[in-house]
Amino acid sequence: MRTITLQVNGQPISAPAEDRTHLADHLREQCGLTATHLGCEHGVCGACTLEIDGAPARSCITFAVACEGAQIRTLEAFENDPLMARLREAFTAEHALQCGYCTPGMLITARDIVNRLPQADEARIRLELAGNLCRCTGYRGIVRAIASVLAERRAASADTEAPHAA
Amino acid sequence: MKAAPFEFVRPDDAADAVRRLMATGDGAKICGGSQSLGPMLNLRLVQVEQLVGLAHITALKQAQVDGDVLRIGAAVTHARIEDGDLPDLTAGLLPAVAANIAYRAVRNRGTLGGSIAHADPAADWVSVMCLLNASIVLLGPTGERRVPAKDFFLGPFTTALASDEIVLAIELRRFSPQARWAYRKVCRKPGEFADAIGAAWTDPARGQARALIGALSGMPHVVDGIDAVAKLQDPHTGPAAIQRMLDDAGVDDAYERDVHAEMLRQALADLNQASRSSP
Repeated sequence: MRTITLQVNGQPISAPAEDRTHLADHLREQCGLTATHLGCEHGVCGACTLEIDGAPARSCITFAVACEGAQIRTLEAFENDPLMARLREAFTAEHALQCGYCTPGMLITARDIVNRLPQADEARIRLELAGNLCRCTGYRGIVRAIASVLAERRAASADTEAPHAA
Repeated sequence: MKAAPFEFVRPDDAADAVRRLMATGDGAKICGGSQSLGPMLNLRLVQVEQLVGLAHITALKQAQVDGDVLRIGAAVTHARIEDGDLPDLTAGLLPAVAANIAYRAVRNRGTLGGSIAHADPAADWVSVMCLLNASIVLLGPTGERRVPAKDFFLGPFTTALASDEIVLAIELRRFSPQARWAYRKVCRKPGEFADAIGAAWTDPARGQARALIGALSGMPHVVDGIDAVAKLQDPHTGPAAIQRMLDDAGVDDAYERDVHAEMLRQALADLNQASRSSP
């Protein structure tokens, strides 16, 4: 056991960690951040997806000690993030969750899709979601929620470009 | 499950990593982004005394072109290759393959060097390195050495890497403008390891061509040479030649034979069209 300092949600958090402890356990058990969920613990289900250095990552197959110096953002960090707020509303409107277990990972992945792939169609959204398993919804609500936020942003950017075209 | 106890070390640089490996011997294992090793450690399929992390070493995250050679550092992630974050001398082959490895969250952490050192027969980079016979650059106690992919991959999860060596980089030669490639794989679900891979590459200006079936129980089965690949493409000789490849590779299950033959047939057909890849 040693003490490690991680940059979590914009703040340094020092806490004891065994070298073998994966990031998700460390965040949940030592940092009290329980939005990150654990499903399979071998990188298949996507429930533990969070952001490391601005990109989605699996926290169950990333060891906490390997993250010293990295910027980690869990779902808790996105409370006031405008895009995440829109996604949360869309998830509610489209019934994109039932039990909620996969939802933290789904939201992190959804936000990455919207930011990285503004032109994504339904097929692409489904492909990108292949790494996040949901056992309640059958994915339709999740896909619709992400598609609706993408459509809204495309419409908004078309509006801002329109005056130039006219 | 949780991994059994181990010590994680972060060497200062590549040379320091080699020193750590020399000090610990067989009890140490190199670790890139831990996207393959992490699950195996968690499932306790692998237990180690010491994990030597390489993913943070800046020098291993570089890629550069020197003349006709692209050198990609071992710690470059699949996502960076997918995003075109490094020079591409392969007419889009590397980015296209990278884009279909596992899931984006895995590609953000998983590294090229880690995938190669791990040598899972179903891993895309194993097939691609064999297709191009890339040079694998290793660093050990006596310095660097280059091993062609055909001599590097010895069997499933088995490579020419000594216990005190690390993968430093891979080196690829620039494709000529006439080069074509095709890469096909079939997965039960997008992002899973492939059930079968078929790939083909031809660079007439360099007088080279290869075709392979991958995701076998052993290493990819490669056919090398312009004439041999032409024979695979020929509608008269192709089917029998593909069956012979499957025989030589020791594939006896009927479904396995069908699915590997089909992936290779599709790749060979693609080779006559524009270069392409499909998941």
